[in-house]
Amino acid sequence: MKIKNEEDFWAGIMFVGFGLLAIYMATDYPFGTTSRMGPGYFPTWLGIIMSLLGGALVLQGLRVDGAKLGKWAFKPMILMSLGFIIFGWSLDHLGFVIATAALVILGAASGTEFKLKEVLIMTVVLIIGSWALFIYGLELPYPLFWWR
Amino acid sequence: MDIFTEFLGHLALGFQTAVSVQNLTYCFIGVFVGTLVGVLPGIGPLAAIAMLLPATFNLPPVGALIMLAGIYYGTQYGGSTTAILVNLPGESASVVTCIDGYQMAKSGRAGPALAIAAIGSFFAGTVGTILIAVAGPPLAEMALKFGAPEYFSLMCMGLIASAVLASGSMLKAIAMIFLGLLFGIIGTDVNSGMSRFTFGMSGMADGLSFVVVAMGLFGFAEILANLEKGQDKASRELLTKKIAHLYPTWNDLKLSAGPILRGTAIGAFFGTLPGAGPTISAFSSYAMEKKMAKHPEEFGKGAIQGVAGPESANNAAAQCAFIPTLTLGIPGSGTMALMLGALTIQGIAPGPQVMTQRPDLFWGLIASMWIGNAFLVILNLPLIGLWVKLLQVPYRMLFPAILVFMGIGVYSVNNLDLDIYMTVFFGLMGYIFVKVKCEPAPLILAFVLGPLMEENLRRALLISRGDPTVFFTRPISATFLIATILLLIFMIMPNIRKKRDEAYQEPPGA
Repeated sequence: MKIKNEEDFWAGIMFVGFGLLAIYMATDYPFGTTSRMGPGYFPTWLGIIMSLLGGALVLQGLRVDGAKLGKWAFKPMILMSLGFIIFGWSLDHLGFVIATAALVILGAASGTEFKLKEVLIMTVVLIIGSWALFIYGLELPYPLFWWR
Repeated sequence: MDIFTEFLGHLALGFQTAVSVQNLTYCFIGVFVGTLVGVLPGIGPLAAIAMLLPATFNLPPVGALIMLAGIYYGTQYGGSTTAILVNLPGESASVVTCIDGYQMAKSGRAGPALAIAAIGSFFAGTVGTILIAVAGPPLAEMALKFGAPEYFSLMCMGLIASAVLASGSMLKAIAMIFLGLLFGIIGTDVNSGMSRFTFGMSGMADGLSFVVVAMGLFGFAEILANLEKGQDKASRELLTKKIAHLYPTWNDLKLSAGPILRGTAIGAFFGTLPGAGPTISAFSSYAMEKKMAKHPEEFGKGAIQGVAGPESANNAAAQCAFIPTLTLGIPGSGTMALMLGALTIQGIAPGPQVMTQRPDLFWGLIASMWIGNAFLVILNLPLIGLWVKLLQVPYRMLFPAILVFMGIGVYSVNNLDLDIYMTVFFGLMGYIFVKVKCEPAPLILAFVLGPLMEENLRRALLISRGDPTVFFTRPISATFLIATILLLIFMIMPNIRKKRDEAYQEPPGA
């Protein structure tokens, strides 16, 4: 079988996947009855309907011609995610300055052009600017460095 | 007291509240910052409000809402400015403005295009404000009589409307609603106290924060999509030509009067309907003006009607979206859900009772909307030069700054690193949605309504002892459901489907 419309096909697979996961996980929650619904009732039905809709999309993707997915932006996907994760973790552990620096540098690195000097200046400017706005101005309680 | 003096009394109370030095300042800051963010490509109203939400935590409730409302129309308006000047819609509602707005700018008529957009928006905003003031109280009174079945049916209608009016495949949009509802009920079930879909993480016991989902889907994912396209090299054709004259000619005004009036009516209609919004209003208005014009061949080549109509429509819709939000406590869009979230953070339970319990807040907000719209006109026309400068900043320097604001914005809601990780998850999901052409707007609305919908479904069926006909035997509920079914049937009919696709077919950025 050939996938004729990649967009529809993979969207369908995604919905079926989430739907089945929801149904499976909801088996742990009491289902109840229609007049006395348990915590499993609503999500199970959501999962069932979503899987059916997803299934219809998969079939449509196999039958009707359509678009391809095209290339993915893997580099920014990885670098930006990494930047965010490091930012989230280090805000509490290493302090605001390092967290922000990591986010700016990794973020900038995920773009198409990376000019070291420009990025370093940007990092400094953004750290000072967001410190002034958020920590000094709005009094958000984040430590600047790990020694607090 | 007859209705008219009551209406005046309300407005007087509103202006009394809004016209304090403090609140005017908040309104001004909101509009200014909103426009600034709106001018930046790739950040729509939703991400902008989510990003700036923490800045309002320490303000008094009235001030916080006034500022957020200001940010909201600021971003709307900022989006149009970029659409006209650089052919880049700052957000989805201004996609159609690009078509003729940019053509006008190219032929040296950027000034009149911007001015007519401002005038149209101001007129639409004024009408919207009056509509809210007139329609608010009776609607709220009606809403007080709503029971669980009515709320459930109303939410069904809103969700289906959002799917029908989204661009692209209907099947996908409806599936997105279900996915959104599922994400919405993550966390502790209020009835049984059971944790659902939390994967054992205690940070998810209170459910996902709206800011996290919005920032992921509309912030993070947008940046990824932009980087994929290599935005710096793409269509950033900034007009360096001096903007010669700002004022529209008499002929421009004459041509625009009709489109502004019709656009306002279209926007008011779609805006009030939960689930629909500025985007569909702008598209419909453009399609209508093209049909009604004496010289439809001028559309796409710089017809001023193509700017006046859609701009009025999207602003009227943005304004009227407050009607269901404030009177029924049911947000009509993701942005409105954030406004409700801000209310809750301020310790005010949203719903029809707000109007009677906190009249100063309700009417103050309405008065400030009008003031905000006035600020937009006064502020934007002289500041166009500044916005043009801002647009010259290359994207590679812009998006790291946006990332920092997003990061701090998300983290500051709960001071939880898990929220940041979840933003990454939703960001990557959002990028997948972009790739498989699933529009996230219905999902975000469903996400907000998820817990409300389950609760009302549960309550309705508990009262009726499991009899589902309760939704059809109560007249108001039945009306909503019949409207929902009609919407679905209409969309399946090939003729209307074609119309809808046509309305969305105006080439973005053509």
